[in-house]
Amino acid sequence: MSEWLENAISRGQKIDDWLNPKRSRALELLSTTNWPTRKTEAWRYTPLRAIQSTKATQLDVVSDLTPLAIADLSAIELVFKNGKLDKSQLSDTLPAGLTVTLGSELAAAQQSQAIADFSEVKPDRHLFGLVNDALAQDVVIVNVEAGVKIEQPVRISSLLSQGAESHTRVQVTLGEGAELAVIEDVQAEGETLNTAFVEYFVSPKAHLEHYRFALQTGTNVSVGGCHFNMLDHSTMHSTIVAFGSDLSRLDTDIIHSGEFVDAKLNAIYLLDNNELFDLHATVEHAMPNGTTEENVRCIVGGRAKAVFNGRIHIHRDAQKTLAELNNRNLLVSKTAEINTKPELEIYADDVRCAHGATSAEVDKQALYYLQTRGINRAQANIILNFGFINELIDLMPNKVLAEWIRPIIRARFSSMKVN
Amino acid sequence: MSDNKSLLTIKDVYASIEEKQIIKGFNLDIKPGEVHAIMGPNGAGKSTMGYVLSGREGYEVDSGTITFDGKDLLEMEIEERAAAGLFLAFQYPVEIPGVSNLEFLKASVDAIREANGEEPITSSELLKQAKEACKQVNLPLAFLKRGVNEGFSGGEKKRNELMQMLLLKPRLCILDETDSGLDIDALQMVAEGVNSQRSPDRSFIVVTHYQRLLDYIKPDFVHVLADGKIVKSGDASLALELESQGYAWLETHKDEEIEG
Repeated sequence: MSEWLENAISRGQKIDDWLNPKRSRALELLSTTNWPTRKTEAWRYTPLRAIQSTKATQLDVVSDLTPLAIADLSAIELVFKNGKLDKSQLSDTLPAGLTVTLGSELAAAQQSQAIADFSEVKPDRHLFGLVNDALAQDVVIVNVEAGVKIEQPVRISSLLSQGAESHTRVQVTLGEGAELAVIEDVQAEGETLNTAFVEYFVSPKAHLEHYRFALQTGTNVSVGGCHFNMLDHSTMHSTIVAFGSDLSRLDTDIIHSGEFVDAKLNAIYLLDNNELFDLHATVEHAMPNGTTEENVRCIVGGRAKAVFNGRIHIHRDAQKTLAELNNRNLLVSKTAEINTKPELEIYADDVRCAHGATSAEVDKQALYYLQTRGINRAQANIILNFGFINELIDLMPNKVLAEWIRPIIRARFSSMKVN
Repeated sequence: MSDNKSLLTIKDVYASIEEKQIIKGFNLDIKPGEVHAIMGPNGAGKSTMGYVLSGREGYEVDSGTITFDGKDLLEMEIEERAAAGLFLAFQYPVEIPGVSNLEFLKASVDAIREANGEEPITSSELLKQAKEACKQVNLPLAFLKRGVNEGFSGGEKKRNELMQMLLLKPRLCILDETDSGLDIDALQMVAEGVNSQRSPDRSFIVVTHYQRLLDYIKPDFVHVLADGKIVKSGDASLALELESQGYAWLETHKDEEIEG
């Protein structure tokens, strides 16, 4: 057991509120959990030194942070500042059919539902998910009524000031046939630590559009997760864009709990300097006739390190599953590192499943083609590398977000240390 | 035959791919404004010659010389050849998802302008020119926003090649079987595109398997390529002769010539 975890447990034990039943369960699990080492498979390439040595602590003062503006985006803002929900940022007039409420302020019946849902999608194996269970201060419940389509996306921002530690938690429920887009992002200044977990309950025929921007860099330490429970005929389209930091880790779980679920997950990461980003993406095909398409692309420069673990588990009853996992990586410096591991576990016999992982340089034919048009090799390399990620930006359903992120990615890409 | 005015002079070139010799003693001289057609059966080395001229990796010139505009072409990088005015329209253009056609055109036009000491083109001017070029080759404007050749049909890819040619204004255009897989309307359109660019200071090498294209693009010279070298040269009537007699006729004819 590490000192950091012991400290987290003792802080969790002091909290006394509506979530007590779930918190005590998490604390109990944590007390018997071993701190991950190099030999722990889930953390093999991602050392936790940065967590053990961080000076970030939970601050009582809420500083005047404001979410980074996204040009032309009109969103329903849900803002956490150093882990506390800033209610003043939340619009007084939400669209009909949408509610955004602090769990502690819910009416009794809804609150007991929220308690029942809490940690139901997020698997217990995520150590920092349990830490978040125990330490999340303001748990927010977002609910879309059945059949309601919300035009504006809900944006969940977690803002941290220098030295802050925050644990944010949101539960999003889409009623039958409902439609919602959710944007999650973290903005952290200096030495900070955050765990940000969101659980999604997607009812039959509902559609979720999802984005997670993990663009925090530097001495920030982030461990978070997005967990999706998908019921019959529901669909989701998720895009993750990440840079790296001292430690940035994201766990996603897409659980096909119903039939005919369609899930798409596209992830882009661009790492430089000494950054680390680790995506552990798990898909559980528990029911038949589901489809999953997963594209993960990363470009790693400097001395940065990328980790990707893509697990697709097709259960015995999940016949007629179509699952594809594609991971393409580009190393632009000799000192950059990529650790990728696709894992397919298939227990049903009538499925179509494909996976591929490549760590490669750019396509030689494409390079030649650009050169025949007068573009020199170095410039052609840049164009092709950028095209490689731009392809996934093109697939983002929200064009405003795509046009916002594209120049950000381009700027980072052109400043990357190539050698 | 070659003199100072030649744009391209290929002298006794032997070239190999992976140690296999494909081009075996190739000679050709092209002056500004001329249109040369190179015909020949499959496997004769037609496409190989285009790749050798463009400088493609893996296409090794074993001996011989190639002079382009007075300079040693074989000493130039691929992009330097393009900047000097050499353009190869590919038979199978590569798809580049994620790089929009317009972005690619801008990079290309700017690279060539920069190499020639000119300022980059403004985005609005490029867009204007690209739109005109699209219209000329009958390519919908939406294709400018799509990934380079991404999901284009065979004919659309060929038109995209021509569109680039219109924008880059090269001095020597090599059209590598640009007619293959095109229906008669598309073929005429391609020919119109080429004909519109004919000028006293621009030359063409039209590589084709069939005579059909030459009904629309009238060549000044026709060369027949077999087993890596030009075995017969003539005017446009040679293409018609080939069409009626077939390449088999050529094989026997070639032997006669060598013996004679």
